[in-house]
Formats: sequence, C-alpha cells, structure tokens
Amino acid sequence: MSSATAVQPGTAPARPKGRATLLHVIRSEWTKLWSVRSTMWTLIALFLLVVGFGVLISWGTESNLNQMPPEQRATFDATGTSLTGIFFGQLALAVLGAMVITAEYSTGGIRTTLSAVPKRLRMLAAKALVLAVVAWVVGTVVSFVAFFAGQAFLDKANVGTTLSEPGVLRAVMGGGLYLLGSAMFGFALGALLRHTPAAITMVVALLLIVPPFMQLLPGEWGKTVNQWFTANAGSQITFVNPQANSLGPWQGYAVFTAYWVLILAVAAFLLERRDA
Amino acid sequence: MIEVRGLTKRFGDTVAVDDLSFTVQPGLVTGFLGPNGAGKSTTMRMILGLDRPNAGSALVNGKAYSSLSDPLSEVGSLLDAKDVHGGRTARSHLLALAQSNGLPAKRVDEVLELTGISSVAKKRIKGFSLGMSQRLGIAAALLGDPGVLMFDEPVNGLDPEGIQWIRNFMRYLASQNRTVFVSSHLMSEMALTADHLIVIGRGKLMADVSTADFIENSSTNTIRVRSPQADDLARALTGKGFTVTPVDGYLQVAGIECAQVGDLAAEQHLTIHELFEEKASLEEAFMELTKDSVEYHTDAFQPVPTGE
Repeated sequence: MSSATAVQPGTAPARPKGRATLLHVIRSEWTKLWSVRSTMWTLIALFLLVVGFGVLISWGTESNLNQMPPEQRATFDATGTSLTGIFFGQLALAVLGAMVITAEYSTGGIRTTLSAVPKRLRMLAAKALVLAVVAWVVGTVVSFVAFFAGQAFLDKANVGTTLSEPGVLRAVMGGGLYLLGSAMFGFALGALLRHTPAAITMVVALLLIVPPFMQLLPGEWGKTVNQWFTANAGSQITFVNPQANSLGPWQGYAVFTAYWVLILAVAAFLLERRDA
Repeated sequence: MIEVRGLTKRFGDTVAVDDLSFTVQPGLVTGFLGPNGAGKSTTMRMILGLDRPNAGSALVNGKAYSSLSDPLSEVGSLLDAKDVHGGRTARSHLLALAQSNGLPAKRVDEVLELTGISSVAKKRIKGFSLGMSQRLGIAAALLGDPGVLMFDEPVNGLDPEGIQWIRNFMRYLASQNRTVFVSSHLMSEMALTADHLIVIGRGKLMADVSTADFIENSSTNTIRVRSPQADDLARALTGKGFTVTPVDGYLQVAGIECAQVGDLAAEQHLTIHELFEEKASLEEAFMELTKDSVEYHTDAFQPVPTGE
C-alpha cells in the first residue's frame, strides 16, 4: 500500500468531466440497491412469503372445499385466495423500501451521497424510481407465480380459474401493483422518519397490524374509516369478486397510492430544508 | 477556491459557527485549525451544502455547492471515513459514486490504484481498518479529479506511515495548483503540512495567516537568565525598562535579546550562570490563541500535596 505515491508533482491531470444528471443518479442508485446483500435476501423472503402462503392456503382450501357452505362457494374467489400471501409479502418490500433510504442515515452514507448529488430532490427521485421499478417487476412476477401455483391446487377441486376469466388478469397484475405500493409506503415513511426502526415499526403497523382491526370500529364512520384505511383500500385490486363493505379495486388503489404520495411529498419538502 | 462569507450556524442556543469569513486559495495546503468543537466540521458541512447556514454563504469556485451540476469534478471531499454503507465492497461504493456523476468506471480503478487499495477493492468496507477507510475516502474524493479538495481530520487514528502518506499526498495535490483545505486540531501536524492557516475557536475566526508568519510571530519570545546576584541583575534590567519575572530560580525577561542581557551584566560586573532564549512551541502559541475558546476545559494538573 505504501507505493501509492509514485506520482510526479506538477503533471497536468487529464480531467474527466462528469455531470450528475437524473439518468446518472438512477444508474448509481441501481448499483447501490444491488450491491448490498439485504436486497437479495428481502426479495427471496418476498418470494417465499407470497408463493408459500398462496400455495398453503390454496391447498388448505382445496381439501376443505366440500365442507364449505354453498353460498360461500358461490362467491369463492380463486384468484384472491391464491394471492393471499401478498398480505404477508408486503412486509418484505415495505422493509426494503424503508431501508433504501434509512440505511443512508444510519450509516452516515447520506453525506457521501449528497456530496456527490447535492440536488437532493434528484437523489430522492432516483431512489424512488429505481425502487418502484424493482418492486413492480419483482412483485408482478411473484404474483403470477403465486397465482399459477395456487390454481394448480384449486383445479383439483374444480374451482380454479384462468387469466382469461373476467377480472382475473387485473387482479394478478394488481398483486404486483399492490406490492409496488407497499414498497413505496415504506420508502416514504423512511424518507420522512430517517430512522430504520421507527420507519419499519410504522409501516408494519399501518399496513399489517392495524388494517384487520379497523372493521371493529362501530357505526357508519367506522365503516368508512375501515374502507379507506391503507391496506384495506389498496388490497381490493387483488380480488376478482368485490369484498363486502369495501371500495372498488381501482378506487381503493388510488386511495392507497394517495397515502404514500402525500407522505413522500412531505418528506421531500423536509429533505430540502433539514441538515443532512 | 473556497470563499466563506459571514457564515453562521446555530444549533438551538449554541452558536457553532459565528459570522465566519475567509478565503482558501489554490496551489496551497490551507490548514483549518481549532480545538475540538470549534466548528470546523460544521463549517465544512456548510461548504458542501449538507448543513444549511442560518446566515452567510459559502462559495466553491464562485458557485454555491448545491448548484453544481458536476460536483465531483469540482470538489472532492472526505468528512468522515466511516460515512459509507459497510455492506458494500470498496469497488461498488466507488462505482456508484462515479456513476452518479457520469464518470467512467475505469476512473474507479485509477483511484483505487492511486490510493493503494486495489488489493481490497472486492472486500466489504465494514472489515476495513481506519487507515484503509481513510484511503477509500480519499479515493472517492479524487474520482472526479477535482480542483478543490477538502479533508476533515484526515490523519486521525492513522499510523505514522499513513500520516506520512497523507502529508505527502496533500502537498502533491497542492503542487498541481489545486485548492487543498485540511482541518486538524493538532498545530504540530499543520506546521508540517500547511502553507497557510485559518484558526478558529468557538466558531469565530482567530487567525488567517501564513504558517511561516504564524511561527515567526509566535517566536517573539522570552529569555531566561540565572545569576547568583539575581536581585542586582533584576534591578539593572528593570532600570532599562524591561519587565522581569522570577520563575523557578530564573529571571524571565520579555522583549530582549540574550546579547543585551550579557552586555548589561558585564557592565555591572554581575555573574551569569545560565542565559538562554525560551521559544514557545507552536502548540503553546496555538493554545494561547485559542485558550478562551476551547469547549471543554480542564484545570491544569496540580501536584497533590503530601502529608497533612
């Protein structure tokens, strides 16, 4: 290591000229995402959760189907059943989304990052775009795998469905869209809170723990809050048959998206003003 | 060139940087000197646009850092060598930085070579020693081959060989007419590396002076003389208008040359046993300059009295 100063003083250096354009920053964030091990592990966890739970629940449904009352059989959603694992799998992408930004703060890497890209919103936009593309592509792939694996079991009980049935393709594509949204939810909270445990706790509470309890709220207002609440609204896009007391698939998804866009907008506003 | 004008930063009630103004010129190593907590790192963070100043501005080559479109080609900086994600390899860390500014990947290999860490390029950063991390930080600073370089306490925690390497590297960079701005809390370190000094204490400018002048001025010193006829000699010196202080059995006289004391003693037929010039060290001169501005004071160690 000591031979490093074998350089002549006074030599005119050939200057590489670089520009921190959005495209360059996107390339950089792409490299950063894939050069830490946690990314791959999180995506493996996502696959296992979504496909694993999908298969498990489809298999269980197939073997219990003959005990199911006929009225329940009539509204049985084969697509939604095979996509049940998305509810658990969203945790993996939400954590990945939060870590993409909070790890910059916990390691101090944010100061190095912003020294290279002092236009902070450009950095935030590049991170968000890279994460969104990765989450959407991977989310859509696992959604399709879970769908086909689930149908293989449900077909045995003759309740399976195909992509050509009405609403099915939208629901399976919707699985990818929902997972994209959960990644962005984690990212937005991470950018706002700048603290890994805080962001993860918050996103787990908002997407995973609180939503199922919202149906316990009393009265009309309770029903509305339940319908409009994060995952309750967003997950409608993964069902073919509309669930009772819920928003429509696209309406629900729009509400879900509005949440994280709003949080991210506040985070972006603060990013410009706070010390890094 | 770095220009700081009226820069002020407050954290709650604490004024970390107080109306600070100075200019850092190219072709020189400029030392940024001050005790711990004087505001050096905060000033550097504000120059890089990381901390927002409450007042004033910092310009790099005439522009605000946050408005630069090619930041890595204008300014290379190393604030804290540990400000990296330890899970990445050295190479992918540098590659991501290079890509963010559209710099070619071959530049990564060049800076790895230049800083002597090619052999650990594929290792994850969290296993690096402090010395290796410092070299990685310097490699990152050199990626865009910038004309302005800024390092915060780069020799902290390094072994003598690493310190030597950094010193030579700073001098080499300045010899290429780059602006090199280096902070330290050690005067002795800066005396060896810096051509120019900017000294701050409690966020305020204390001195903006060439290292040579600083040394020259802080050597206007005192002489000490020991004589068996100390009282007579003291009277003679006082008679000539000098201030005489008895210290440890010596007489200490300010503003006089040894020769004058010798001549005076000879005139008065006084015996002198010892006569020498007492040079304050640079460290003492620095402490004298900043003594009212250090954040954490300790009382000088007093010998513990023995017996009751």
